Amino acid sequence: MNSDGPSSTSGVGGSADLATPRRNSKRPKYSKFTQQELPACKPILTPGWVISSFLLVGIVFIPIGLASLLASRNVVELVDRYETACIPDGFKKDKVKFIQSDSNKTCNRNLRVKKDMKPPIYVYYQLDNFYQNHRRYVKSRSDQQLKSKNKENETDDCKPEATINGKAILPCGLIAWSLFNDTYSFSRSSQKLQVNKKDISWKSDRDHKFGKDVFPKNFQNRTVKGGATLNASIPLNKQEDLIVWMRTAALPTFRKLYGKIEVELKKGDVIQVTLENNYNTYSFNGKKKLVLSTTKWIGGKNDFIGIAYLTVGGLCFLLALSFGIIYFVKPRRLGDPTYLSWNRNPGGGSNN
Amino acid sequence: MMKRLVYINDDDQAHDLYCDNRISNRKYTVLNFLPKNLWEQFSRFMNQYFLLIACLQLWPLITPVNPASTWGPLIFIFAVSATKEAWDDYNRYLSDKKANEKQVWVVKKGVKKHIRAQDIHVGNLVWLRENDEVPCDLVLIGTSEPLGLCHIETCALDGETDLKTRAIASACAGIELELLHKIKGVIECPEPDKDIRRFDANMRLFPPFIDNDVCPLTIKNTILQSCYLRNTEWVCGVAIYAGNETKLGMSRGVPEPKLTAMDAMIDKLTGAIFVFQIVVVIVLGVAGNVWKDIEARKWYVQYPNEGPWYELLVIPLRFELLCSIMIPISIKVSLDLVKSLYAKFIDWDQEMTDLETRTPSHAANTAISEDLGQVEYILTDKTGTLTENKMIFKRCCISGTFYGNESGDALKDLKLLNAVSCGSPDVIQFLTVMSICNTVIPMQSKNGVLSYKAQSQDEEALVRAAAQLNMVFVKKNASILEINFNASLLQYELLDTLEFTSDRKKMSIVVRDCQKGKIFLLSKGADETILPCARTGQQTRTFSEAVEQYAQMGLRTLCVAWRELREDEYQEWSLSFKEANSTLVDREWRVSEVCQRLEVGLEILGVAAIEDRLQDGVPETIETLRKAGINFWMLTGDKQSTAIQIALSCNFVSPEPKGQLLLINGKTEDEVCRSLDRVLLTMRITNSEPKDVAFVIDGWALEIALKYHRKAFTELSILSRTAICCRVTPSQKAQLVGILKSCDYRTLAIGDGGNDVRMIQQADIGVGISGREGLQAARAADYSIGKFRFLKRLILVHGRYSYNRTAFLSQYSFYKSLLICFIQIFFSFVSGVSGSSLFNSVSLMAYNVFYTSIPVLVSVLDKDLSERTVMQHPQILFYCQAGRLLNPSTFAGWFGRSLFHAIVVFIITIHAYANEKSEIEEMSMVALSGCIWLQAFVVAIETNSFTILQHLAIWGNLLGFYIINWIISAVPAAGMYTIMFRLCKQPSYWITMFLIVVCGMGPVVALKYFRYTYRSSKINILQQAERLGGPILSLGSIETQQRSLERELSALSISQPKSRSAVYEPLLLDSPSATRRSFGPGQHPLLDSPSATRRSFGLGQHTDFRTRNYKDN
Repeated sequence: MNSDGPSSTSGVGGSADLATPRRNSKRPKYSKFTQQELPACKPILTPGWVISSFLLVGIVFIPIGLASLLASRNVVELVDRYETACIPDGFKKDKVKFIQSDSNKTCNRNLRVKKDMKPPIYVYYQLDNFYQNHRRYVKSRSDQQLKSKNKENETDDCKPEATINGKAILPCGLIAWSLFNDTYSFSRSSQKLQVNKKDISWKSDRDHKFGKDVFPKNFQNRTVKGGATLNASIPLNKQEDLIVWMRTAALPTFRKLYGKIEVELKKGDVIQVTLENNYNTYSFNGKKKLVLSTTKWIGGKNDFIGIAYLTVGGLCFLLALSFGIIYFVKPRRLGDPTYLSWNRNPGGGSNN
Repeated sequence: MMKRLVYINDDDQAHDLYCDNRISNRKYTVLNFLPKNLWEQFSRFMNQYFLLIACLQLWPLITPVNPASTWGPLIFIFAVSATKEAWDDYNRYLSDKKANEKQVWVVKKGVKKHIRAQDIHVGNLVWLRENDEVPCDLVLIGTSEPLGLCHIETCALDGETDLKTRAIASACAGIELELLHKIKGVIECPEPDKDIRRFDANMRLFPPFIDNDVCPLTIKNTILQSCYLRNTEWVCGVAIYAGNETKLGMSRGVPEPKLTAMDAMIDKLTGAIFVFQIVVVIVLGVAGNVWKDIEARKWYVQYPNEGPWYELLVIPLRFELLCSIMIPISIKVSLDLVKSLYAKFIDWDQEMTDLETRTPSHAANTAISEDLGQVEYILTDKTGTLTENKMIFKRCCISGTFYGNESGDALKDLKLLNAVSCGSPDVIQFLTVMSICNTVIPMQSKNGVLSYKAQSQDEEALVRAAAQLNMVFVKKNASILEINFNASLLQYELLDTLEFTSDRKKMSIVVRDCQKGKIFLLSKGADETILPCARTGQQTRTFSEAVEQYAQMGLRTLCVAWRELREDEYQEWSLSFKEANSTLVDREWRVSEVCQRLEVGLEILGVAAIEDRLQDGVPETIETLRKAGINFWMLTGDKQSTAIQIALSCNFVSPEPKGQLLLINGKTEDEVCRSLDRVLLTMRITNSEPKDVAFVIDGWALEIALKYHRKAFTELSILSRTAICCRVTPSQKAQLVGILKSCDYRTLAIGDGGNDVRMIQQADIGVGISGREGLQAARAADYSIGKFRFLKRLILVHGRYSYNRTAFLSQYSFYKSLLICFIQIFFSFVSGVSGSSLFNSVSLMAYNVFYTSIPVLVSVLDKDLSERTVMQHPQILFYCQAGRLLNPSTFAGWFGRSLFHAIVVFIITIHAYANEKSEIEEMSMVALSGCIWLQAFVVAIETNSFTILQHLAIWGNLLGFYIINWIISAVPAAGMYTIMFRLCKQPSYWITMFLIVVCGMGPVVALKYFRYTYRSSKINILQQAERLGGPILSLGSIETQQRSLERELSALSISQPKSRSAVYEPLLLDSPSATRRSFGPGQHPLLDSPSATRRSFGLGQHTDFRTRNYKDN
């Protein structure tokens, strides 16, 4: 880039005056800042710079894109959508009635492992069309109540799940009230696979957001039950499903960690899943999925970044190429004073 | 008419009805400050809007974020404005206090006491000594001078630096000093007004001060507040108006705050954004309500079946609050901040410091720097603005002999010096007239240095020149004038003074030579009034040629004449003169007629030529600014020929054949109308040609044109790039500014004297030259500069940079606000249109206050082109003038950019952080950091020159963002505990940022590059040339050199009378004044140069219209 150092215009304001004695204090003080003469670098968009930076971006982006895509492709993911399949035939017409009834909701699913899966294998449940970010929902919680024992009456934000018969609900609010309550158990060739439900939530949440001496109180005591009930003898910082659920999702489609399987799954293995299909997503046509996934450095399976990087990198190459071609086909001298209209027809001041 | 009765020297409390002399310029008191200031601030729409938003946020049901995020900045902004106001008011209080506590001598209960100025009451007798400032408006009743006169300097009142003479009320003449203490009486005077030229009152003294007669008082009997007493030992006066009710106090209005074109545009754009916001709110509000009804089955949200009555409003109001950030609350603070820095840069600029007087330039109005870059018309005063207003006697022609032609300075011409020492009678007469025919007062200071106090600079120049030629005017003692010539003392008795008026354009005195007893009439005046009065038989041809020749050089000429009067002739005339002086009806006209009778048959002694030099660099400045597309109008009180000469010599109008002057003249409505139509026609025809056409109009024709042909004149103003208006009054100057303003032109008025103040205040930008005519103009002006040539730098450098910087800053402010707002809107589509906010309160507040406002503030250091390039290519100012950098279409570009960037950030964020990563706190931080990264790069790409401060601000701010968020993330109680640490550990976070930056900036850079290279603007070309090619030799600058060379040549040619080009000839003709009409009372006193024929200046074709009839006299 071309930098032409201090863009000083002349010596009039500079050293010449400094020599003269200052009798008048009103005289402005001389400094590069006050005279707006700080040395400056003045880059301009020359073809060379623009083309090479696009090339550089292309060169950097394509390997990153490839690496990301590779990582994402190496993630093994088993997804099973079960919300329709787990409805008995008799209730297919009226799923909501089924889910609200007291009938047996146990459901068996078989998953075939397509590739070897190295532990830890994360078990997620995925909800679609569930607006955890809805304004009425996302605000309906009380962080103080969750954290400290003596603030259990801080339920102002929790409406409409704040109190029952004048007593504070703990944990209060819609989020806790609608806690997801499907349960899964896994077995491989009739051998139970242990799901580790410890440490599935953020450590910072367990340590600082949920109190270890705060116990559920008056929870799910209403006639209309939302979701899961909580064991009133376990403190909140041990209720990891609740902690995970309370980390609200930003999008209507989200996955939440259910547990971890800490044994390797081989290609071709069939996993039997026994699940309790309790959670009502039928009233708003939500989907429910069970997801088993490994992770790589990039996280779970997500092709987006890889594809985006490859596309952007490619486009940058293309741009660099076309700019180059245009530059060679139709070269244009930069800063040619003949382009200045007043140089072409002298005298005309404010034409064009 | 309301009257006030002032009882002189009356201690009776019952008569003390009027306010005391406590001056107060304060806007507030301690008690009313808060309510009044708040009321003023809230009378602005923007502030009302923000207050409404802040109040809505107090309703928890609808607020998406903590109310602090709006209240915080709002209170901060209000506190800043209020503090500034309070500080200004405190300073006013201090200066008031200083004036109020000044000690003055006042008679109280018959005793002279030293009291504070604020305790003066109406009716009190006030004693003043020499050089005292007048504390309130007084009617004079006594002075130390025998004739009851005193001298005052009215500079602070009207800007005129000369001394004025005031007289005591006639009824008080001759009252003994001791008795003055006891004087009693009553003055009946009008209610206070601001007219400093009129005061019609009566005074009646009570016994023992005899006569019950009513004595009339005029403005001549008053001395007004803020004047200074000079050359008079003491005076005594009665306070008639005091405190804020004085003439000065009444005229001290608060000037309307000026709004720049840019502010108006920003307001307009804000309005557009507001409308857009309302539309968004309505659409999303309706969508939200519909969505809510459809999705009422979402059991987990628990919508109640029956809501309160306002339920339908809740969602729209939530969106209103979400979208309120569209209008950046920080823009006003940022703009105020950078504007005061622009003003500081002007104050600091060393290249605009006048080295002679060591006065730096000063921006009194800090709010309108951008307007400097958008100036389309400059209206300039002549004397003192273009010229130095330093009158110097340069040449003279005494009875046919030219002095000073060789050396250019008559005072150094040996011929003249010899003539003086030889005692050539013509020369001595000439010098005598020069030294005493005036109203100059010589003043001998204690150490014997002689100085002169003069009403006009011309007279002072003549007296000084005469003194240098050994004719020293030493003393004016009542009616005795003493001259010291070659060590001999000459005394003259001053018999009568025939005063100068702008109608007569000459002044004469009648003196008696004390030695010989002879009576002489000494006259001096404009050639057109003196030469026709020459005695029959005297050849005036040499003199008129001399006048012509001097005028061509741009010198001011004065003809000098004398005549010996016979005793009986004088006595007879003297009687009629006294009679005329005492008439009540038409006095002025009668006097001038009587004077006319005496001023005939004069012996013309010669012509004196006085130079008022052009200031340095005036032609270059005018030429550069005209190239920049700025139109120049010259408004002067001077006469036509001088104005045209000055205009020619400073590039104001081009010489033939390129330039053409069209004269609008006439004295009746009809004549002016025809003249105007003619000029308009010529103007329309020549408009397409590359020709500089200028019109010339005098005050009288202008008065008629403005009154009856305003439309035609307005059209003419639009067509004409140059105009010369001569003999115009201060109010006409202001009217002309008003006409240009009404055509939506940005006007800049520049002047130096009190007569320019109204024009300066009326114009969009007022520039005052802190010059010889006092600081009046400089005080009233928005900018004061030491020399006219600094105007070039003020406009091209400071104005242009300010415009460019503000254009970027304001649009950028909208860009960043829209960016985050669009993301919020997009987020609402994935959150069930329920109005939830993606960002938390802290982030939203910090986004506006810290993250985005600091990098952009350093754009005040940005320079797109170097100062030298701009000076070389002033045409580039066109981009500012035409508002190319801030207008709806550039704004649309920024709007589009923010929409695009919002899409990029949002799409990438929700895809990269999908599924198991879609935790709301994390995602909001990802989106926010995306915005911060993008805005850093946007500022970087829009910056033309990076100084170290810019790098610090842009990249330091980015780092600051992380540091602030790490700190917040370390606080367990904060909502976003650990979030930033978690994100920074994830490679996918950094990859996402990188992706956002490239996706967001790639197209911007590509588009900018394409435009820069293949659709480059003039600015781009100059940037490229400046940075690649070293020195730019442009055709424009070559042309400049040629032009200046040409000018030098032509300047040479003027000084050689023989070889003068025909081009100038028509311009030299001055109005013949063969006949003087008598003025009726209704006619305008400006009526002069009654050239009955319409004339156009120009080459050849117009000579037909000329009448050269004065030679026939």
